Amino acid sequence: MAGFDLRQIDRRVIFTLIFVVVAWPLLRPMRLPMDVTPPVQRLYEAVEAVPPGSIVMLAGDYSPDTMPELQPMVISFVRHAFRRDLKIVTTSLWANSPPLIEDALAPLAAEFGKTYGVDFVNLGYMAGGTVTLLGMGASIPNTFPQDYYGTPVAGLPLMREVTNFDDIALVMNVSSGTPGTREWVQQVQGRYRVRLASGTTAVAAPPFYPYVQSGQLVGLLGGLKGAAEYEMLVDAPGDAVRGMDAQSIVHALIVFFILLGNVAYFAERRAQRARGGAAQREVTA
Amino acid sequence: MNWLQELFTGAPGTPPSAVWGTWVAGLLTLAIYSFLYKDNPVYRFAESLFVGVGAAYWLAILYHNTLVPKLFVPLFFPPEGQPVLWYRVFPGVLAAFMLLRFFPKLSWLSRWSLGFVVGMYAAVNTTGFAQGDLVAQIHATVTTPLTSGGGLVIALNAAAIVGVIATLIYFFFSKEHRGPVGAAARLGIWFLMVAFGASFGYTVMGRVSLLIGRMTFLLRDWLHLMQ
Amino acid sequence: MRREIPLAITFLAGMFMLVDFFVPHHRVSAAGEELKQWGTIVIAASILLGIGNLIRVHSKKIARRQSGWGFSLVCLSVMAVMLWFGMWPGAKLGPNPLVGSIAQGSYFNWMYLNMDVPLQGTMFSLLAFFIASAAYRAFRLRSPEASLLLISAIVVMLGRVPLGQLLTKGLPEKATLPWLTEAIMTYPNMAAFRGILMGAALGVMAMGLRIILGIERSYLGGEK
Repeated sequence: MAGFDLRQIDRRVIFTLIFVVVAWPLLRPMRLPMDVTPPVQRLYEAVEAVPPGSIVMLAGDYSPDTMPELQPMVISFVRHAFRRDLKIVTTSLWANSPPLIEDALAPLAAEFGKTYGVDFVNLGYMAGGTVTLLGMGASIPNTFPQDYYGTPVAGLPLMREVTNFDDIALVMNVSSGTPGTREWVQQVQGRYRVRLASGTTAVAAPPFYPYVQSGQLVGLLGGLKGAAEYEMLVDAPGDAVRGMDAQSIVHALIVFFILLGNVAYFAERRAQRARGGAAQREVTA
Repeated sequence: MNWLQELFTGAPGTPPSAVWGTWVAGLLTLAIYSFLYKDNPVYRFAESLFVGVGAAYWLAILYHNTLVPKLFVPLFFPPEGQPVLWYRVFPGVLAAFMLLRFFPKLSWLSRWSLGFVVGMYAAVNTTGFAQGDLVAQIHATVTTPLTSGGGLVIALNAAAIVGVIATLIYFFFSKEHRGPVGAAARLGIWFLMVAFGASFGYTVMGRVSLLIGRMTFLLRDWLHLMQ
Repeated sequence: MRREIPLAITFLAGMFMLVDFFVPHHRVSAAGEELKQWGTIVIAASILLGIGNLIRVHSKKIARRQSGWGFSLVCLSVMAVMLWFGMWPGAKLGPNPLVGSIAQGSYFNWMYLNMDVPLQGTMFSLLAFFIASAAYRAFRLRSPEASLLLISAIVVMLGRVPLGQLLTKGLPEKATLPWLTEAIMTYPNMAAFRGILMGAALGVMAMGLRIILGIERSYLGGEK
């Protein structure tokens, strides 16, 4: 009898299922409960520990492909910093980041009544990766002589307070690859004794746990879950929290697929053994 | 009717350029997803747009954010009261040499620029990896607390130290993996497998998050179906 | 001389950066800082090289009417339009120009946010579909090692989402999926990646010194 072969499920069936289980919880939210993990809690506390009026750096090294995971982190960090009356200087080693950071900064600056050049500055992109990081260690204004819009930094009041990393109370690096958190740890954290926090994609997060354990990172947000936890801590649930229902259901579906694939695998192995055994008996006979 | 109106005019107060933008983004998103059915001309059109827009973006940003402030302004338009940084001619020349790669007869000159960049990065990486990774990680391993945090935490910390050593043995002992070395290397593999499994779990999470992001855009920002 | 001069430049640039790291003298630091600014400029040129290559490949395709040349035309046309929006000297158009500017509200920014962002985002989100399909087809309990990988993956996949919290609600804390996930990440995962970090560091350091000393020359390409 030709039964239903589990191995032959068309990939388009899997695609359709994935599509449906992502869309459904977005349209009908379930609001599943969620706790905060220690690396996220520590990051929140590190920002809380920065005295009001200090300058923090938001180093955005990401591109649009990872925006769903990282943009909520940027938004929550900016909200957190503005709420605590911290001043923000943003830099990018990735060309794609500055407009995305600008997109997060503009509405929040309006909400908190912050002024460009006084309370925050977007220094834009600078090529060079690790060499740029070392340049900033010597002089941030010489490494970024103009901001993202082409204004000389000497004309921006906030930048008159910044020479190098000595003037930065905390760096929040939001990164999705290289150059990113690893380079910030290697070149900046150790050499200039900077307090460094990281928000990164889920793909990049596991290799950064040694940095959390060693204290080189004061906190770590890993993927959408990390972003969602941070949104909850700053009391402003947004896209990350909203996405966690869908994330839960898709993960359950993928685990189901893995188990199904293994059931098919073992069934096939058993059938093969049975066939082999029968053939063996025939030969012996 | 309200929904239909919102679809074409956006929420109250939305400028027309934003509504247009959302429609362009929505249609391009669908064009890319059409690949899931099969490769087709609509997908390839969107793919070509992606490459073109991406390259133009990089070029303009490089010009405005790096070449203008670092090379053109210091050399040709120094701010009032500041001297011309004449020595920026050298990186300017090296940058020009890099572009000579396009001309076969002169492409050998691009090796000068390449040599400069490679030399710098070799040194920067050597010191960075040594200080930031090697020394700091050895320090963190040997100072792992083994007397505080309760029995379970102490056991887990001890296991982590064993795991670091076992992983290193697996990777670095050129001696044949037999006897005690073999046992340690096998333990190293187990630690690696657990780590790679966790990485796989995280990778699934990341990929799914990207899809959630695009679906949120389609269902909320474009089609106004989400609250 | 076509190899000696680049090797000498590599040696000098590398050695100077090493000296800059170890010698905290202000003259060395000042020279080191300027050298780093040079680095950003030359790196920018290497990125230009990549974009120039892209233009060359597509131009050739159009000139020779190779299959798919229409798509190359689309690519170069949209590139030209966006470059015009982004780089046309905009000073004559007022303080906040729509053309010649990259700031919020400019045409260039509009194209980036409404074309590049969704295209790039969607392109990478396709991977969600493929990883689901791959998990179904490739993840098999073939050996004890594969079992460890699979168990760890499943615990983390469930423990990193609210569903995992819900599924093991009521169990002792240390038996819940979120706790197990955090334990996997903090101990075995951390240990394995620490080993990899240390190993990679040794490898990079060895390679860095080989490059600076001119032992490793493959980056210079062929003999000519």
